[in-house]
Amino acid sequence: MPLNIDWQQILLHLLNFVILAGGLYFILYKPVKEFMAKREQHYKEIDDYAMKNRVEAEELRKAAQEKLDAAEEEIAAMHVKASDEIEAEKQRQLGEARAEARRILETAGKTAELRSKKALADSNDDIRALAMDAVRKMLLSDGNALDHFLDAAESESRNG
Amino acid sequence: MKEHKKGLIIWLVLIAGLFAATLAVGSHGGHGDVQIAMRDAVLHDVNRVSLFGLKDVNPALISAMTVTAILLLAALVIRIFAVPRFTLVPGRLQMVLETVVGLLDNLAGVKEPGKRTFIGAYIFAAGVYIFTGTLFELFGVQAVATNGHPVALPAPLSDVNAAICMGCMSYLVILSGGIAHAGMHGVGATLKEFSLPISMSFRLFGALLSGLLVTELVYHYVATSFVLPVIVGVLFTLLHALVQTYVLTMLVGMYYNEVSEKPEPKEKKPKKQKKHADA
Repeated sequence: MPLNIDWQQILLHLLNFVILAGGLYFILYKPVKEFMAKREQHYKEIDDYAMKNRVEAEELRKAAQEKLDAAEEEIAAMHVKASDEIEAEKQRQLGEARAEARRILETAGKTAELRSKKALADSNDDIRALAMDAVRKMLLSDGNALDHFLDAAESESRNG
Repeated sequence: MKEHKKGLIIWLVLIAGLFAATLAVGSHGGHGDVQIAMRDAVLHDVNRVSLFGLKDVNPALISAMTVTAILLLAALVIRIFAVPRFTLVPGRLQMVLETVVGLLDNLAGVKEPGKRTFIGAYIFAAGVYIFTGTLFELFGVQAVATNGHPVALPAPLSDVNAAICMGCMSYLVILSGGIAHAGMHGVGATLKEFSLPISMSFRLFGALLSGLLVTELVYHYVATSFVLPVIVGVLFTLLHALVQTYVLTMLVGMYYNEVSEKPEPKEKKPKKQKKHADA
């Protein structure tokens, strides 16, 4: 054969390589690959677990956010309601205060009127008393004056 | 300080003296010897080695068997002592092993897990065999030829028989991938590449033989036996060990993928509507 090609030696090389390939596969390649696959699976499981936790955390966060939003809305509604109530109470109290003020004013007016009437009456009485004193003094100084006065008062009361 | 200088001078004189002596003595061989050595490196018709007294074979077959024995022994030692101690965070040896296995497995370039095991295992074995076998020639392991001369065992694949074996084996692996995954289409696709076993065989043979011949030539003459072998012998051997491993494994992976792809079903052409004459 050209180039010293020998079929028997080719087959011997083939046998040698098949033994090597099989041996390396079972002794080295397979265990190393299995270990690598196992480690990959291990990290994949960790990754999946982390991903699952992340999804759950995201869901929890969304739920919490929804609750927070609802609470904020509730707070805003309560705030509005409280403001309305405060405004109503303010208006009510203001109304009451105004009514009270009006009542006080009216009472004060009436009291003032009564007092002025009383003062007027008192002053009339004083004037009358003063007048009586003055008349008495005048009558005491003139003996007929009393009779004239009494006559005059009697005729005035008759005329009405 | 003076003693150091003295020692340095003696060392340099010794080197110069030995260099001059080797050139003056010369080599026992002439041009005829080179031709015989070159011819023997290619044809292995002079220095043959007895295979357990059964048959005289090329020294490369002994190299191949030695490499196989060393690799299997190393694999066994690793399997017994290193693999059970593998950890999730790899150490140095584990890192090297995983890198080699992963690298050669990825060279197969197969994505589908079903296809991956077989071709991955083949490419791993072939890659390790070519790389280690090529580096084996660096050690210059000696054997005694049947004619009584000592012979340095060459790289297994520098023998044409080993290269043909590897080329044909790779072709058969590609063919098997075609049959297993694409049926008759795969067989057809593989047979179309009928020149593949020849090109693979002779690429390996040529690459490794050229390295062997150049190294043989360099070592044959005393004058070229200084410094030059470091580049030619060691660096080139390392380089073509890597290159040949990469080329063969990559080619096998590529062709395996190509022939094992299932053909896409042909789309049916829509039937032409009859033209109405009255339209």
